[in-house]
Amino acid sequence: MTEVTHPAIDRARAAPPWVSQLSWTWLGVVPFFVFALMFLIIPTALLAVGGFQDSHGHFTLRNIADLFSPSILSSYLISVKVSAVSAIGGSLIGFALAYVALSGGLPAWVRPTLLTFSGVASNFAGVPLAFAFLATLGRVGLVTVLLVKLFGFNIYSTGFNLLSFFGLTLTYMYFQIPLMVLIIAPAIDGLKREWREASANLGASAWEYWRFIALPILWPPMLGASLLLFANAFGAVATAYALTGSSLNIVTIMLFAQIRGDVLHNQNLGYALALGMIFMTGLSNAAYIWLRGRSERWLR
Amino acid sequence: MAALTRGRLGSWLIILLGAVYFFVPLIGTFEFSLRYIRGRYSLEAYRIVLADPRFSATLTYSTVLAVATIAVGVVLVVPTAYWIQLRLPRLRPVVEFITLLPLVIPAIVIVFGYLRLYNSNSVLPLTGTERTTDLLLMFSYVTLALPYMYRAVATGLRTIDVHTLTEAAQSLGAGWPIILLRVILPNVRVAVLSGAFLTFAIVIGEFTMASLLDRPAFGPYLQLMGANRAYEPSALAVISFAITWACMGLIQAFTRGAPGQVAGAR
Repeated sequence: MTEVTHPAIDRARAAPPWVSQLSWTWLGVVPFFVFALMFLIIPTALLAVGGFQDSHGHFTLRNIADLFSPSILSSYLISVKVSAVSAIGGSLIGFALAYVALSGGLPAWVRPTLLTFSGVASNFAGVPLAFAFLATLGRVGLVTVLLVKLFGFNIYSTGFNLLSFFGLTLTYMYFQIPLMVLIIAPAIDGLKREWREASANLGASAWEYWRFIALPILWPPMLGASLLLFANAFGAVATAYALTGSSLNIVTIMLFAQIRGDVLHNQNLGYALALGMIFMTGLSNAAYIWLRGRSERWLR
Repeated sequence: MAALTRGRLGSWLIILLGAVYFFVPLIGTFEFSLRYIRGRYSLEAYRIVLADPRFSATLTYSTVLAVATIAVGVVLVVPTAYWIQLRLPRLRPVVEFITLLPLVIPAIVIVFGYLRLYNSNSVLPLTGTERTTDLLLMFSYVTLALPYMYRAVATGLRTIDVHTLTEAAQSLGAGWPIILLRVILPNVRVAVLSGAFLTFAIVIGEFTMASLLDRPAFGPYLQLMGANRAYEPSALAVISFAITWACMGLIQAFTRGAPGQVAGAR
């Protein structure tokens, strides 16, 4: 930012008639920056600062160290596990769906249908999504009941529980898969038909085409999309809260309880908890942006 | 030929498995919502939900909030994106980075920050009264919608020649408000509308922020029903799905293309 502003100021000094016009130019973006500062940057920065303070406002690393206490660490670990598994599963399945719909030799209507449905399903998240899975795979849900009636098979007798790590991951996939379809579709469209034809002409098998051409081009956007999906699941609250209440100790649920009623009995530890979440989502988003830059070289 | 058929069969199989995963919960929810009266299917759960005064109250509250969010979002985003395009292209990376921040910072963290910054003992006690808390909630939704709204409008602006349009309007004697309202806005109408419907879909069922700011929105109402009732939540989920579907359908109708945008109150 600094190297952007200085030449403008220098020019303003050199040419006084420009002064008024320049300030008017900057005035145009003032509302946006005021909004961003008030409702995005300062609130977040204040939490970050609070994470490094004790209850008297003095600097401390105590809260950050306390994040590594067993109960908090385990909630971060469950969150990471749910987010990672739903991101990896979601991106593999989403990629398979997008690939076959876009270039699997299926009728033309499959593509717009999948993309439209993905737009809807990726937005169908939160509390209603939890209801849908409870009505389907809960103890009296449609699938559970049908399996008992038709096959005498009770999935709950196998140790399955919707209100668990596996159940939550399965539910998250409902918005992760369509999100992947929408993110990866442009990359699949970018795979040129000529590449496949050229490799076939040179005698490459389907495996060799994937190994030496398609995957080297597709892995950065795929990995990048998985990271985006990870951050997406990591910050999710409503689905998990409506599905499991507080029985599954993921970090967003813990933070929710902390905001509601200071369950950690330490306000500043709560700020550090939030800071840790920003650190995780920030890290995966930064990696995503870096990988996107890499893939854009090929996929134009 | 045989290989081609086998490949196509595999493609169909993958689509079929996907369809099962995505449609079974929808069917399950619908079926469950009809089970209110023992032994037969009925629309009783829907009747009860629709007759619940809290249903209409919270849905109205969230609708008003969504409309206000869209209005404020448009007023904030369109002039900014226009100005960046016209006069301050050097600032574009900074502004784009800021508009993407709500995707990086989880919603629950943002609202936690508000509760610390705007508590009733602070300089600007926005959480002090109900009306100002409504205002704060609306601003929080504007931040949630910011990435989608800004990207839609900025993409729309890039397809038109802002410089020529602005100069033409100026030489005809138009001032800035007229240029924005009658020249720029009509040209990015489609982008604004698709951003608006997406915003509506995000705001209408949002739970975390409304719940933590303790406002009577539709999302917290859904959660409350889920915790206390058996069949009504399924009816509500079907209604929510219909609302989401309607928003996405409207985006498609206006843009005549694939909805390349995603968001959601997770």
